[in-house]
Amino acid sequence: MSPVVEGRAIVQDYHVPGGMFARAKTVRALKGVSFKVEKGKTLAIVGESGSGKSTLARVIALIDAPSGGELLIEGKPVDIRRQRPGPEMRSKVQMVFQNPYGSLNPRQKVGDVLMEPLVINTKVPAAERRERAEAMLAKVGLQPEHFNRYPHMFSGGQRQRIAIARALMLNPSLLVLDEPVSALDLSVQAQVLNLLADLQDEFGLTYVFVSHDLSVVRYIADEVMVISKGEAVEQGSREALFADPQHPYTRQLFAATPVTDVEAIRARVQRRKAARALA
Amino acid sequence: MALLNIRNLTVRFATATGSFTAVDGIDVSVDKGEVLAIVGESGSGKSVSMLAVMGLLPDTATITADEMTYDGQDISNLAPWQRRKLIGREITMIFQEPVASLNPSFTTGFQIEEVLRLNLGMSRAQARARALELFRAVGIPEPEEKLNAYPHQMSGGQCQRVMIAIAIASNPRLLIADEPTTALDVTIQKQILDLLMKLQEDYGMALILITHDMGVVAETADRVVVQYKGKKMEEADVLSLFEAPKHPYTRALLSALPENATGDRLPTVSDFFQQEAAR
Repeated sequence: MSPVVEGRAIVQDYHVPGGMFARAKTVRALKGVSFKVEKGKTLAIVGESGSGKSTLARVIALIDAPSGGELLIEGKPVDIRRQRPGPEMRSKVQMVFQNPYGSLNPRQKVGDVLMEPLVINTKVPAAERRERAEAMLAKVGLQPEHFNRYPHMFSGGQRQRIAIARALMLNPSLLVLDEPVSALDLSVQAQVLNLLADLQDEFGLTYVFVSHDLSVVRYIADEVMVISKGEAVEQGSREALFADPQHPYTRQLFAATPVTDVEAIRARVQRRKAARALA
Repeated sequence: MALLNIRNLTVRFATATGSFTAVDGIDVSVDKGEVLAIVGESGSGKSVSMLAVMGLLPDTATITADEMTYDGQDISNLAPWQRRKLIGREITMIFQEPVASLNPSFTTGFQIEEVLRLNLGMSRAQARARALELFRAVGIPEPEEKLNAYPHQMSGGQCQRVMIAIAIASNPRLLIADEPTTALDVTIQKQILDLLMKLQEDYGMALILITHDMGVVAETADRVVVQYKGKKMEEADVLSLFEAPKHPYTRALLSALPENATGDRLPTVSDFFQQEAAR
């Protein structure tokens, strides 16, 4: 089976223009990253801020053109610098952003948010657009009466549902999710993760899931890529990576992830008691 | 004796549609040198109760409490000049968005020296020396240069370190940290939490940590208060809370942790309440 999305040695440079006192320079945000995701699977991209994980997400979502390397969507090479992706290509790849407060237009009603991708990319008549938007609203767990409301009337979790619904309006095969749950509370995070898992099963979606939270990655990913300073330092199946992390950077990430294990807490409480007794 | 003691605190906000109760009869007490975590989702009133202590709530808020004492002194009806002696010296606070908490128009050095000069009556030279010392204590790299840097020239983690330096400048006995690491990456989160714990032990100050992240609680707290919709659900020492959570809501919060996922679905808080209702 051919992968839904494949990247071969993707390089991305950002040019920082010089000013009166600074010389122009080039920052290499991605230093040749390769990956492959099969249909219906989830690739998690893990790294800290500045590692280039969001840069890679933007390249995969066809928002930015990479400076080098090759991106293949469903086996076909795509170069958005040479040729603007048409409606067909745009329908295949959609993106959900981190901050649901910033990614929805505050002056657009939810219904219009959902119908806009159809207006731009398809010739679906107005009545059907409305029908499909209403159906999608129900699919992501919102009510029909939400159709005519504005984004500010919703909580963070509900807004993220709206953003996911918008991304699904064109029946994409690939969804790029850039930290979709890091702005959300724990219990809301669980709801959104469940929703994503359900939608993946129902539509056979392929996910590229960017995150810095290893506990979320462990729950949702099939394959994991750990990225540091623009380089993929470790790549592998979730089981392999979590059982036996190889790269020092991956281990550092594991060490930094809070542990909620009872034994670990007991050890910490005892350490503190001992330290106090000495003082 | 408790350092901060609050009994039956209620905070109401006057809104266009009537009065809204954000905090409903909460008791909070923290001892000298203790780390108390207040956990809850957004809207649980966990920040509001601490803002009430700090006197930072807007005029639309009505605060009532049976008792509100700091070190035996009633703080519910302080005159502004009395409050200024306490807040910012004995009790200090850091907030979620470190970059937004600092003034973008002044250097970080100016902002910390301002605290030292106004609150502790230091001269400019003394303040500069002490600021440098504090920057070293919170682990800011190249502290001499960073005193002359503006907030936008520093990373989020470094800005949070500056905020912490400002907060501990007057050797407070109580530090309130409102989601201090939510805007930060896991590796930076680990560093900031380690720093807070070290300072807390070195200076013997009490720490109230407001968070929605059970992982953060597990790594830091001595005692935990779980809050939901303005009410206290459970209070326990950290080990008993994780080992044997008593209240269903606490159990729901813990089971929503991705690392505790059993099977394909993450239990959410609403699932939990449905189960409870069905029982």
